[in-house]
Amino acid sequence: MLNIGLLAPELTLAASAILVILLDLFIQRKGWLAVVSIIGVVVAAGFTINMWGGGSQLIFNNMLAVDNFALFFKLLFLAIATLVILASVDYVTKFSRFQGEYYALVLLAALGMMLMSATAELISIYIALELASISLYVLAGFLKDPKSTEASLKYLLLGAVASAVLLFGMALVFGFTGKTQLGEIAQAIQRLSLSGVLASPGLILGMVLMVAGFGFKIAAVPFHMWVPDVYEGAPTPITAYLSVASKAAGFAIILRIFYSAFGLPSWLSLDWGLIFAVLAAIGMTLGNVIALPQTNIKRMLGYSSIAQAGYLMVGLATVGFSPLADVVGRSGLLFFLASYALTNLGAFIAIIAISSKLDSDLIQDYSGMGRRAPLLALALTLCLISLIGMPPAAGFMAKFYIFSGAVQHGLLWLVVIAVINSVISAYYYLRVVKVMWLGEPASKEKVPSSWALRLALSISCLGVLLLGIIPAYGMRLAEMAASIFGF
Amino acid sequence: MGFNYLTWIIFLPVVGAILIAFLPGLSGRAIKWLAALFTFVPLALSIFVFAIFDRSLAGVIQFEEKFSWIPAINAHYHLGVDGLSLPLVILMTLLGFLVVLISWKIDLRPREYFAWLLLLETSILGVFCSLDLLLFFLFWEIEVIPMYFLISIWGTGRKEYSAIKYVVYTLFGSAMMLAGILSLYFATGSLDMVEIARGGLGMIQSVMPAGAIFLLLLIGFAVKLPVFPLHTWLPDAHTDAPTAVSVVLAGALLKMGGYGMLRLCVSIFPTVAQQYGFILVILAIINVLYGAAVTLRQTDLKRLIAYSSISHMGYVLLGIFALGQVSMVGASLQMFSHGIITGLLFAMAGLVMHNAGERDLRKLGGLARQMPIIAVVFSVAGLAALGLPTTSGFAAEFLVFVGSFSSTVVSGIQLYTILGVLGIVITAGYILWMLQRVFYGQVLEGFKKAYDADILERVYMFIFVAVIMLVGIYPAVLTDVIKMGVMPIMRLLGG
Repeated sequence: MLNIGLLAPELTLAASAILVILLDLFIQRKGWLAVVSIIGVVVAAGFTINMWGGGSQLIFNNMLAVDNFALFFKLLFLAIATLVILASVDYVTKFSRFQGEYYALVLLAALGMMLMSATAELISIYIALELASISLYVLAGFLKDPKSTEASLKYLLLGAVASAVLLFGMALVFGFTGKTQLGEIAQAIQRLSLSGVLASPGLILGMVLMVAGFGFKIAAVPFHMWVPDVYEGAPTPITAYLSVASKAAGFAIILRIFYSAFGLPSWLSLDWGLIFAVLAAIGMTLGNVIALPQTNIKRMLGYSSIAQAGYLMVGLATVGFSPLADVVGRSGLLFFLASYALTNLGAFIAIIAISSKLDSDLIQDYSGMGRRAPLLALALTLCLISLIGMPPAAGFMAKFYIFSGAVQHGLLWLVVIAVINSVISAYYYLRVVKVMWLGEPASKEKVPSSWALRLALSISCLGVLLLGIIPAYGMRLAEMAASIFGF
Repeated sequence: MGFNYLTWIIFLPVVGAILIAFLPGLSGRAIKWLAALFTFVPLALSIFVFAIFDRSLAGVIQFEEKFSWIPAINAHYHLGVDGLSLPLVILMTLLGFLVVLISWKIDLRPREYFAWLLLLETSILGVFCSLDLLLFFLFWEIEVIPMYFLISIWGTGRKEYSAIKYVVYTLFGSAMMLAGILSLYFATGSLDMVEIARGGLGMIQSVMPAGAIFLLLLIGFAVKLPVFPLHTWLPDAHTDAPTAVSVVLAGALLKMGGYGMLRLCVSIFPTVAQQYGFILVILAIINVLYGAAVTLRQTDLKRLIAYSSISHMGYVLLGIFALGQVSMVGASLQMFSHGIITGLLFAMAGLVMHNAGERDLRKLGGLARQMPIIAVVFSVAGLAALGLPTTSGFAAEFLVFVGSFSSTVVSGIQLYTILGVLGIVITAGYILWMLQRVFYGQVLEGFKKAYDADILERVYMFIFVAVIMLVGIYPAVLTDVIKMGVMPIMRLLGG
């Protein structure tokens, strides 16, 4: 018996996306479209919160899971979508047409990512992934200038390759186990003998290809080539969206697949744990080092997001090294994702506000922003400090949490690499801070910001501070979400 | 639950910082008065705490506050003071108030300046009062940001370079420390410093060698103290920082390193400290002699004082890792004494620079005529720095030397101590040379317009000198308290 109520958040979101497109035809004041979208998101969030803690169940022939893990991510995506919509209210006035489609696509991408966090079956994973990706390909090209078009095309082509690789990996896993449902795959794998797997390495190959396919989504080195160009070219709210939501969805699905399907036996999880550990080490180092000489702030944050993906993969590696151990490693990943989402969104929202006045994304043009827009500059400074991982911001607690899990499971070497990387990253994040507070302003003119941007920025900065100073509640939520996994 | 003294002492400055930063329409004068108010009250409170501190309870944490903070990782909001931390809390609140007076003439962006200064005070006080490793580390890290802004905006010379160098060094040290804290947490399952120290190494049940954790933590503190060869940030940061910030930097911030070594390295790993103590003692002697030798050839007034700090911090390191009761008391006293003396030296150097417009020793001369009061106070501070009896410098260094010489834990300590004493001779050399260059000799044409200290400046000078004399003549006022903090460490060392 299918209880349709369990799909209420998704259905609400789909309905509001359609409603926005239809309304676009009739109303003149496009600002209402944002209001309708936000109402849709809030209602969906209401349904999601209502379902929290209701236990785990599988629906649609075990294709979709409704559990705390999925709900945690659904809430995260809805929160991100809200902030992105708020941040877009002024930005969309740049587009002459298709404002309705813009909001609808943002909602549809959120829908796809919500489904991604809930799917428990390979084919539906792929469908959800494509729903999210295709919406984002279109959104990346929305500015229609050469850079934005290049971004969109690059994202589409490389994304298509990644999808193909992912499908190939899924096909191999299916061929080897004869199942597409994650739980059934796990059972099939546990029936295999070690020598049987080694004799025909198709399963391992399939797993590696899936790492590659998802590695594209989460911007893991060496699948990161698209990141700087797409981040630079895409409309800034969409860059923010890509950098947090798409990444969170990637991590959600990786965690679910690798934990549910490949979690046991332990030699298998050690295998992928090690893959992620190595990718993490390379990702952090490469991302941070290349971010150092960047002059465009969006590009810089692009490389920084590659490095942050590296820190996040420390959490994945921890899970791989100890699938049977306590919940800290897994919940650390979730907590990090939430705090990273708030922090990076905050940074991008501040950039949207500042850049709309400056009409430039060059770091040197941020000179003297501390005097032209003190509150914006303060907010951006807080977010950058959080990205470094310094208190009192959320990034500090997130790093402490995720690293403490890693140290407990024998990954001290990786943590040492990670903390040294944090030092390197301080250099380029602080460079922006330096320019803003120490540089001479190019003009005395104040930088104005709209109420929508201010609201979005205050929400994210408040979140950053709250998670940084009293993180207990956030960690409790992450723990509840992560505790659905267990053998 | 009584009155939470420590919470008030720590967080009043940050309340002041927030008020100063966000209250609209404050005049420069109002900002300074606010800053003075929000640093004076913590000073008064901390003196009160010092007065009612029970001096008969060895190794007992007093004024303890403990609340659950992050249950998921067993972290607590846990504050408390004992003999190790209380003198440093007094030092910081005292300097915190005095630097507001020293900064009275700041007119460049005063709102931001005083907000950062007050935030800095909160973070340093937090480090000294925290008994939870995560809380300790949180405060330890917060300090970096205000310091970065204070040096890079209000500094002089190559200020931006010095500021970022300071940040990178500190973050490198704290990155190592974070790895150490995480390992310690992993090994013991607790973030409570007192609990871990009491449980001793018996709590460490993992395969991870205790020496590795010790080393990771030590690197963090060694950058701060600073220990040769991790000291090169110090001359740049001290020289280019504005006067008041140099005072905090040399006066209180370096002590975070020494305090951390006592509180974490020695208290938690006494056996490791015994084993490797001699290496640190050798580094201490290098610090003393190398620091003093480099100081000798400085021509910049502030740089000279900065390098002398490296030399003096060597005595702290010597006292700590000689691992004797008297030597550790001496090291703690030296931290306090150096904080006041060097604070005064930097304040005086700042006045000379401000009132004469020059800080190059080769160009200065004969200023005693124009600024007699500054000359006298500067000389007092200089003589205290070289350890003249009746000043706190004498009491502290004497205890360090006697304690180290008679310590039985580290072999060959007598030789090292004697080498360390040589540092005093060099100190006398550069201090006297500096005083002579700045104040005596012919009156130079260029400094005809130089002038002496005003009333406010005389007030804080007097406070500095009074504290130096008080501790110098009656050191027991502090050592009685410090002993209570050192005794539990001695019990761990089996002495």
